[in-house]
Parts: sequence; C-alpha cells; structure tokens
Amino acid sequence: MAESLLKVSGVSKHFGGFTALSGVSLDITPGERFGLIGPNGSGKTTLINCISGLLRNDAGSIRFQGEDISALPAYQRTRKGIARSFQVPRPFHTMSVLENLLVPSAYVVHMTDAEGEAQAMEILGGMGLAGKARLHANQLSQVELRKLELARAMAAKPKLLISDEAMAGLSGSEVDEVLAILFKLNQSGITIIMIEHIMQAVMRFSQRVVCLDAGRIICEGTPASIVKNPDVQKAYLGA
Amino acid sequence: MKFWLTALAIVLAAAGVSVSGVNEYFFFAAFVVLTYVVLATAWNILGGYAGYVNFGTSAFFGLGAYTAVVLFKWLGAPLAVQIAAGAAMGGLLGFGVGMLTLRLRGIFFAIATVAVIFIMETLMINWRYVGGATGLQLLRPEAMAPFGSYTRMLFLVMTLMAVAAVALARYVQTSWIGRGLRAIRDSEEAAEASGVPTLRLKLVACVISGALMGAAGAPMPMYLSFIEPASTFSLNYAIGALAAPMIGGTTHWLGPLIGALLLVSLQQIVTVTISNEINVLVVGVLLVAFVVLAPEGILGFFKRWLRASSR
Amino acid sequence: MAFSFDLLTEAVLFGVLLGCFYAAVSIGLSVSFGLLDVPNVAHPAIMVLGSYCTYVVASYGLDPILAGVVLMPVFFVLGILVYRFYYESFEKRGSEAGVRGLAFFFGIAFIVEVGLSLVFGVDQRTVQAGYIGSSLALGEYRIPYRMLVAFGVALVLTFALTLYLSRTFTGRAIKAVAQDESALRLMGVNPVRIKQWAFGIATGASALAGAMLIIIGPVEPAVDRLYIGRTFSVVVLAGLGSMTGTLAAGLILGVSESIVLMFFGASWAPAVAFGLLLVVLGIRPQGLFGR
Repeated sequence: MAESLLKVSGVSKHFGGFTALSGVSLDITPGERFGLIGPNGSGKTTLINCISGLLRNDAGSIRFQGEDISALPAYQRTRKGIARSFQVPRPFHTMSVLENLLVPSAYVVHMTDAEGEAQAMEILGGMGLAGKARLHANQLSQVELRKLELARAMAAKPKLLISDEAMAGLSGSEVDEVLAILFKLNQSGITIIMIEHIMQAVMRFSQRVVCLDAGRIICEGTPASIVKNPDVQKAYLGA
Repeated sequence: MKFWLTALAIVLAAAGVSVSGVNEYFFFAAFVVLTYVVLATAWNILGGYAGYVNFGTSAFFGLGAYTAVVLFKWLGAPLAVQIAAGAAMGGLLGFGVGMLTLRLRGIFFAIATVAVIFIMETLMINWRYVGGATGLQLLRPEAMAPFGSYTRMLFLVMTLMAVAAVALARYVQTSWIGRGLRAIRDSEEAAEASGVPTLRLKLVACVISGALMGAAGAPMPMYLSFIEPASTFSLNYAIGALAAPMIGGTTHWLGPLIGALLLVSLQQIVTVTISNEINVLVVGVLLVAFVVLAPEGILGFFKRWLRASSR
Repeated sequence: MAFSFDLLTEAVLFGVLLGCFYAAVSIGLSVSFGLLDVPNVAHPAIMVLGSYCTYVVASYGLDPILAGVVLMPVFFVLGILVYRFYYESFEKRGSEAGVRGLAFFFGIAFIVEVGLSLVFGVDQRTVQAGYIGSSLALGEYRIPYRMLVAFGVALVLTFALTLYLSRTFTGRAIKAVAQDESALRLMGVNPVRIKQWAFGIATGASALAGAMLIIIGPVEPAVDRLYIGRTFSVVVLAGLGSMTGTLAAGLILGVSESIVLMFFGASWAPAVAFGLLLVVLGIRPQGLFGR
C-alpha cells in the first residue's frame, strides 16, 4: 500500500447552523488522478478550501505527506506542495501573464526573477500561452484564463494540484485542450485532484472517483462503477 | 542611480534655499507641502500598493506629534530623537491596528482606522500632561547657525524626510514585497494560494506606513510652537493623505509625490486668494472627481512611459 | 462623579431613549451597508444634511418632525441618484473599484460637511418646538420630552422598516438581493432596481433621523464624524443585515455612552462608540446576530 500523499480524516465544516462538510475522509496516493464530483452545493469547493487552507476545518484532520497541516495558513500549505486553481479565475489583473507566474515562483520556490521568468515561459509554452506572456490578464479569453490559473498553480512546483472546475463552460475542443494539459502534468509526476461537472472529462481522466452530496461522501470507486451507482444518479437527478 | 542623483540634487537645493534670503512664508508653506508628501507616500504603501484604505492617518500623525511633545517636555529631547520616537510609536500603532483589523474586509479596516483617530484624540484630550483639550505652548530651542530661523531648519529636515519616505516607497514597490502587495491587492485569496504570506506582508506595510506618518507628525509641534488635540488629529490630514495618491496615482511612488505637490500647493493658493474654508472643499471635490473620472490618477496618463522605465 | 443607584438609573433611562435613537439612525446604514454592501461612510453626513434641511423647513413654521417626514421623499430621490451614480461609476467596474468606492463616499461625506459649514457656518443650530425644553417628571427622574418624542419616532421608524422588509414583496426582494442576486435575476426581478430602491429608502430614513437629531440637541457640521463611529458600531455590533439586532445594538451603545457620560464626563463619551466598534471587530466581527 503506497504511503498516502494527502490524508483527509473525518473533516467537518459548519457555517453558522449550516453543515457544509460532515465526516469527509479521503486518501490520495502519490501520482494518482483523482476525481471529485457532486451536485452544486454539495461542498466540493468547501472541501478544497479546507485542504488548501483558505478555510479552517472544524473537526477532523488533514495530513500531507504524513504531516498534519490542519493548523497551517494557506500560504504555508502551498509551500509544502499543495497548489490549486480557482473555479472562477482570479488572475492578478494588474499584472501581465508572465508576472502572474512570478508571484508563486518568488514566494513558494524562492526563485529570482530571472529564474522565475525562464520557468514561467516553459510552463506557458507547454500550455500554448507563450505568445501571450506580456499581455495583461484582463486581455485573455475565458479558456486562456483557465489555463493561466493552472499555469500559476504549476509555477509553485506543487506535488499536488487541485483543479477546481477548470473546464466549466468551455467548448468541447477547449475541454480537450485543458484535459490534455492535466494529463501531461500528471505524467510528469504531479498528483491531481480534479473537480468537475463535465462527466466525460472525469471519466476519461480519473483513476478513482468520489462523489459528494450534501457534505458527505456517498460513493467511491472507479469511474465506471460510480456512473452506475444509484445513489450518485439520485444525487444528480433527484429522487 | 538616476533616482539617487536627483534626490541628492534636491537635498542640496533645499539646503541652499534654507540659508538664502527667500521670503519666510515660503518655508512655512513648503513645510506643509513636504509634510503631506510624506503622509501621502506613507499612505500609499498600504492603501495603493496593498489596497487597504486607511482613513486613520491623523491618528498616526497625531501620535507622532504628541510623542515628540512628551519627549521634549520630559527630557528636552532634540528633534532627531523626537522624530525617531514618533516613527517608533507610529510603527507600533500600525502593528497594533493591523493585528486587530487586517483580517477583516476593506471597509471594516477603514472604519476601524477612523475609530483609532477618535480614541487617540480622546486620550489626549483627557491627559493633562500634554495640555488636555486646551493644549500646550512650546518654547522652541534657538535656531542653530547657519539657519536664520527654526522654521528654515524644519524645512530642510522635512525635505530629508520626504526624500527618505519616497526612497523607501520606491524600494518597497520594486522589491519582492511590492509584488506580493500587488498580488494581495489584485486578489488576496489567489495571493495566499500562491504562497504569499498575506497577513505578514500587510502588517509590514502597516508598520512602515504608520512609522512614516508618526515621523511626519513629530516636527509639527515645533513648527507651530503649540499643540492641541482638535487640530492635531484633524481629519484634514486623513483626507489629504488619501486624496493626494488618488489624484496622483496609486500604483507608483511618483503618484503620491505629484498628488501632494499639486494638491497642497493648490490649497495654499486657494487659502491665500479665496478663503480658508473653500480650500478644504477643494480636497473633497478633487478626490471625488479623480476617483470617478480618472481612477488611475495623473500617472494614468503617463502609464506607457512608466511601464517602460520600471523594467 | 460619585456613584449612586439613582444616577445610574437615570443614566440607564436616558441611555435607553438615546439608544433607540441610535438604532433608528443606524437603520439606514443597516440597509445600505448591511444588506446592499455599499460602503456608505457618507451616511452620517447625509443625516446631518437632513438635520440642516429640517432646520430650514422648520424655520417656516413647520413642526420639526413634520419637516423630517416631508423631507423623506426628497431624500429618497437623492438616495436613488447617489446609488445610481455609485453603481455606474464603481460597482459595475468590479471588485477593483472597492477601494475607490470607499474613497468616493469619504469624499462625499467631506464635501457635505464642508459645504454645510460654508453655508451655515460652524455655529450650532437648533430647532424650536413645544416639546423641546420641558421635561416629564417620572417619580424621581426628569425625562426631557424631546427625548421621548425622538424615542417614539425612532421606534415607529424601526418597526416600520422591519415590517416593510419582511412583509412586502419589494422588502423581501431587498433581503433576497443581499443573499443571492442571481437567483433574484432568474425570478425576473432587476437587482439594480431593487438596490436602488433600497438605498433610496435608507436615505429617506436618514432624513427623518436627521430631524430627530436636531430635536435631541444642537447640530453642527462636524457632528457627522461622531456618528460615523456610532452608526458603524451599531451596525457591526448588530451583525450585518439584522434589523432586530440594530435595535439591540443601539440600546447597548446608548446605555454605555450614557453611563460613561454620567460618571466620567463628556470628554470620554465620544470614545465609547469607537471603542465598542474596535472591541467588536477584534473579538466577534460578525456581531450579535450576524449572517
């Protein structure tokens, strides 16, 4: 049994009287391609926020590479190797695409600007964004913004990348583009958790899938078994 | 290199003017202008670079002034010590206010800073050692040669402070701190997720900003030979320190400098030619006008030139 | 001042009346900032503008409260215009505009205050009415009639607004727009219209609040600075968007201020609101009843 990269144990999160997560447990192995699905409001982004540190979990623990990170602020978790993209892209809009990547390379990897630039051009090249490096973030198209989100996460040289609905609202060919990028990243050794609504993307990409509903995990297994699971179908389509 | 040469030239010019026969009124007016250059530059480090609107400039400024008074009255401390102490107290207050409020959203931070002004003012009103509500008269030390008057010496001191403040702002802006602050301003959550220690950087900005404001306040009691709470903690400082960068431009250290020079000079002219009350209105009107019509300030018009020169 | 239960009771009584007034003054802010997320730091300044308008209208012989009521529709329109302007200049341009929106309202507050001092001078202004100047004797205590009148009007205003927000369609739409703007859009309601309307109501309420302010005591242009502290500490202590909380928070502030005023003097009283604000922000930023 490979040692787990990320171990989420019994995590709960409440907002006032509302329970967003209840007793969620996950075990992610290094190099895995992991899919997280669930209807809107099921708590997927809350879970990601708890893992990445933007939110503090109320109960349970989160261990990364064996170390308990539940009390660490988000920026320290990024330095440990967890990177994430945002569902609604949040670029640094007064900076160029290139400068966007210089932030993590300086603050996470502690590179000089020259080193950071070289790395950034490489990452952008791999995503087909090299030509847009000097453009401002607010001059990019929607799919380019999604790629920028992923590129910026990559500039932090993560061991684990969490992609939060990177493909939402994209066209078929654009979905393929982003998917190809994620595959390539995984092949270079990065563990990836993908949150998606687009089923065919999740099926093609994931080795294992977990389904969340109303803050609880209702099903876990291979993509094929998840799709056939009646609980999953009920969660998405209603009783 | 260009920057430091210009700075040196300015200091030398100021030194030359201060021992020349120029009209005494010039030094009175210039002192005020330079004070606002420091305040605006200080404000912009937190407000412009990081995007946290501080409306409590008067609290830090006033704290610096009263610190100077206490040291002067208690120990007869020289001006340099007064300024250093003002900076230290300003920095400390910045740290305290930051710890208390930086975790909150922008508007709460702004309102909390207003609260600090009133609390500081109330404390000073009730402290008899510094004169309470009626204030304190101060006897200035004799002006040292070669200065013809104490005010001339203060003018030179303030010039040095302004140069130092701008140099510091320039350093913050172009360093890795500046990039982190900009990331915070653009998207604090994405910055945190990109490894930026947001709270720590914001606190650094708060402390630097507060210290500069405290330093700017320290010479004021000597300038006036008098101190009292209402005018020392006047909201005019708060709004001037905020308006100048909004007018000049908030993304670059030149912005507050240009804004302060233009705004305060305009105010001085209006005070002398029209009336004292109207000059205060000028600030408000210009602030609203620029914020609505020219959000990038005067510098926005020269953006392309700037981007080329900051590479 | 020596401590005595009589003095304490008088302070508390006065504080309750004062607190209710503070709640009514803050209700407008509770709507515009608590529900609509508009950083309206100019709210107290507009209220003081209302006081001065009341002063002008009352000088024609109209009772101040009536003057305030007459001014409400005028201020309602003013509020709509201000919101429209704010929306077009800032909210539409996205989150980058947050800082500028705040600076905008600070600028407006400053302009209003300075404008008032230019027109009316810095001296204090008061209004005259039958109920101003005499007190009600209640056993051992004397309660000024003007405080009772303000208290009554404040209660009516607070309850009227609370009822409006919970019983009418527009009122509930206002609460809804605070929670989920896109859902409201899907229901065919234009959120901008609703917010505009709400801001108008908040500003209209400020007119009446201003009338009460000048009834309670003399007014000068700079008094809005004190009220920035008072209204924001009430709104923050209440918890954003909570109407009942506003009443409770107002009472807490009113009583605290009154007690400090009685036992420590007028030079300490202004700091109470601001101190309370900082304490709440530091310990429990979501307030008593916050979302």
